[in-house]
Amino acid sequence: MRTARFLIAPVAAAALALSLGACGSGGGGSDASTIKVAYQKFGNFTQADELFKDVKADYEKANPDITVELVPIEAQQNDYFTKLALMNRSPSTAPDVMYEDTYMIKSDVEAGYLAPLDDYLAEWDEWDQFVDSAKEAGAGDDGKTYGVSMGTDTRGLWFNKDVLAKAGLPEDWAPKSWDELLEAARAIKESDPDVVPFNMYSGKPQGEAAVMQGFEMLLYGTGDTLYEDGKWVLGSQGFVDSLDFITTVFTEGLAPTPQQALDTNIGNTVQAEWLPEGKVGIALDGSWVAGNWLESGVAPWPEWSEKMGTAPMPTQDGAAPGAVSMSGGWTLAMGSGSKNPDAAFEFISMALDRENSLWFDVANSQIAVRTDVAEDPEYTKTNPTTEFFTGLVDVTNFRPATSDYPKVSNEIMVAMEAVMTGQQTPEEAAAAYDEAVIGIVGEENTVQG
Amino acid sequence: MAVTSRGVARVVPLAPAVVLLALFMLGPVVWSFYGSFTNAALTGPAALSPEWIGFDNYAALVGDPDFPKSLWLTVVFVFLSAVVGQNVMGILLAGLLRSAVKPVRSIASTVVVAAWVLPEIVAAFAAYAFFHSEGTLNTLLGGIGITGPDWLYSTPMLAVILANIWRGTAFSMMVYSAALAEVPPELTEAAQLDGANGLQRLTWVTLPVIRRSISTNLMLTTLQTLSVFTLIYVMTGGGPGTDSSTLPILAYQEAFKFAQVGYGTAIATVMIIVGGIFSVIYIRALRPEVD
Repeated sequence: MRTARFLIAPVAAAALALSLGACGSGGGGSDASTIKVAYQKFGNFTQADELFKDVKADYEKANPDITVELVPIEAQQNDYFTKLALMNRSPSTAPDVMYEDTYMIKSDVEAGYLAPLDDYLAEWDEWDQFVDSAKEAGAGDDGKTYGVSMGTDTRGLWFNKDVLAKAGLPEDWAPKSWDELLEAARAIKESDPDVVPFNMYSGKPQGEAAVMQGFEMLLYGTGDTLYEDGKWVLGSQGFVDSLDFITTVFTEGLAPTPQQALDTNIGNTVQAEWLPEGKVGIALDGSWVAGNWLESGVAPWPEWSEKMGTAPMPTQDGAAPGAVSMSGGWTLAMGSGSKNPDAAFEFISMALDRENSLWFDVANSQIAVRTDVAEDPEYTKTNPTTEFFTGLVDVTNFRPATSDYPKVSNEIMVAMEAVMTGQQTPEEAAAAYDEAVIGIVGEENTVQG
Repeated sequence: MAVTSRGVARVVPLAPAVVLLALFMLGPVVWSFYGSFTNAALTGPAALSPEWIGFDNYAALVGDPDFPKSLWLTVVFVFLSAVVGQNVMGILLAGLLRSAVKPVRSIASTVVVAAWVLPEIVAAFAAYAFFHSEGTLNTLLGGIGITGPDWLYSTPMLAVILANIWRGTAFSMMVYSAALAEVPPELTEAAQLDGANGLQRLTWVTLPVIRRSISTNLMLTTLQTLSVFTLIYVMTGGGPGTDSSTLPILAYQEAFKFAQVGYGTAIATVMIIVGGIFSVIYIRALRPEVD
C-alpha cells in the first residue's frame, strides 16, 4: 500500500496543475463577432500566412464590428490534418474558415466538419470565373460544394542545368521512360558522387507529398491505377513496378539516403537549399516549387529561371501519352459550426477575389483556376514555368475522389517506407498494402488488377 | 457515532484527490477502453457517429504484423533500459557515491541528476544531437579515427535504450541512495566480522534489507519507461520503417497520423494491460514479508 500512497501525491498534483491550466486557457470559443481562420504555415510555405494577414486587415476595415482571429498551424502536412481535425471536433476550437486540401474534403464532409456553400455561391457574382474542374474539386459526395479552390497544381521533373551539363546531359533534357530517367541519374552520380542525382519524396514523414508527388507519379505512368469504376485496384503489376523503382533509386544511392529522405524537413531543404546550390540534379516535385525562389519567396534566387529546367515525368516505358502528372490543390472551406456563416463566407470571397487569387497564384506558383486570373499578364509573365506546368493539365490525373482515399494513402506511405529502408521487397509491401486496403474498404470494394 | 464522524473526517481531505484522480486518470482509461470497441476516427463518417464494432479492433491488431513486432520492441526497451539499465546503473552509482569523497560525490550526482531535471523534450533533443550521424558521438569517434555508424538509423533501438538509461538513471540512483542510507551499519559490520566479503555483504545483507525499495523502484521505472513517447518520437520517429515503434509510438501513429482513433485506443488498452502484468509480477515476486 505504500506504493499506492506514494503514487497518489504526484499524480494528484499533476492533475491539479492540468485542471488549473485548462481553466486558464478556457473561454476561447468563437462567437458571432469573431471568425477564426485556420491554415498551415510550415517551413517555406508562408504564402497563405501573408495572404490571410492582408485579408484580415482589409476585412476588419470593412467590418469594424468583426474580429478575424488567424490560427496558423505550424506542422508538416499530415500533422496539419490531424491538428485541424482535432480543432474541428470541439465547438470551442472549431474554425469558421479553414485551408483545406481537396483530397480531404469528401472525408471531412462525412465527418460533419464542413458546411455547404451552395446558397452563398449562387449569389456570388464571381463564382462563374472558376473553371469547372476547380468547382468539382470542392464538391462532396452529396454533390454540394464545400470548398472554393485557391489554385491547382501539376507535377513534373525539375532539374539543375549545371549539374546535368557536368554529366553530359543537354539543357533540354527530357527522358522518354523510367530507364532514361535512371540512366541520367546514374550519369550524374558518376560525374559527381557528392550530388544527390534524383530526389523523390518517400515514406511516412513526408505524408501525402510522398504518395502524390512520389508514388502516384510512378503508378499512373504504368497504365495501372489505384481506383477504377468504384473499386480499389489490388495486386496490379504497376503497383509492384512503382515500388521497385523506389527500391532501385534508394538502394543504388540515386536518391537521398533513407535517413535524409525520412527527415520531416527534406522538402524545405531540397527546394530552398539543395536545388539552388546544385546539390540535387533532378527533383520530382510540384509546379509550386518556383514560389520559393521568387522575390516574395523564402529563398529568393534571381537566376533560377536560367539555371533550372523542367521536363514532364515520363511514363514507365514511354507509352502514350508519354508523360504523366497529378493534380490536386487547396481550397477555403467553412466550418459547419460557424456562428456567423455570413461573415465567414464574406471572408472566403474576399480572400479569393480576383486580386488576392492573383497574388496567391503568383506567389505560391499555383495554376490559376479563375479565368480572369489565368488571362492576366502579371500571372503569365512572372513565372516562366507557368506555361510548362499549365500544359501538363492535358496529361494530368486526379486522386480517387472518395472519402476512403486518405486512409488508403496512409497505407501507400507505409509500403514506400518499407521498400526504401529495405525492410520489405516490393512484392511483400504490395501484398501488405492489398491486405490493408481490404481491411479499410472491405473485399467487395476491391478488384484484382 | 464517533466512528462515523471520524470516518467522514478522514474522507473529506482525501476527496479532492480522489475526484481529480477519477477525472483525469480513471476517466481517460475508461474512455480509452470504450473507444477501443468503436471505429472512432478523426475524419470520414466514423468521426461523426462512431459505431460499436466489438472486438474488431483487437482482431485487426492480432492480424497486424506491426503489432507483435511493436510489442516485442516495447518489452526489449523496457527490460534493457529500465529493468536492467536504470536499476543496475542506479544501484551501482548509489553504492559507489556512498564511499566516494565529497567533491566527487557532488559533481557526479549533479551530472547524473541533470539528465533527469531536463524537460523530456530537451533531453530528447540532446540525445538526438548526440547520436545523430554528424552528432557529438560520431565527432568524438572521428577524433580518434573511427567512423561511427548512423546510430539513429542503423541501430535505432540501441540508441533509444542508451538515451533512456542516461535520462532515467538519476531517479533510481536517488531512490537507492536513500535506501542504502537506511541500511543499519551494525548489520553490515556484523557480517564483516563473520568474514563476509563485499559481494556477499551486498547479496545477503544489503539487497534483502532494501528489497522494498527495489520493488517500488522497479515498478515505477517500468511503468515510466513503458509510456516513454517523446524521447523515441524525437530521436527516431519510430523508424526507420517500424524498427523503433514501441506501443506508445504505434498508438499515436494509428490514432493521430492515420486518424484511426478507435484502433489507436485498442493499442493503448494493450499497453495498460502490459503495465498491469508487470506491476502484478513485481508485487508478487518482491512481496514484503511482515517484519
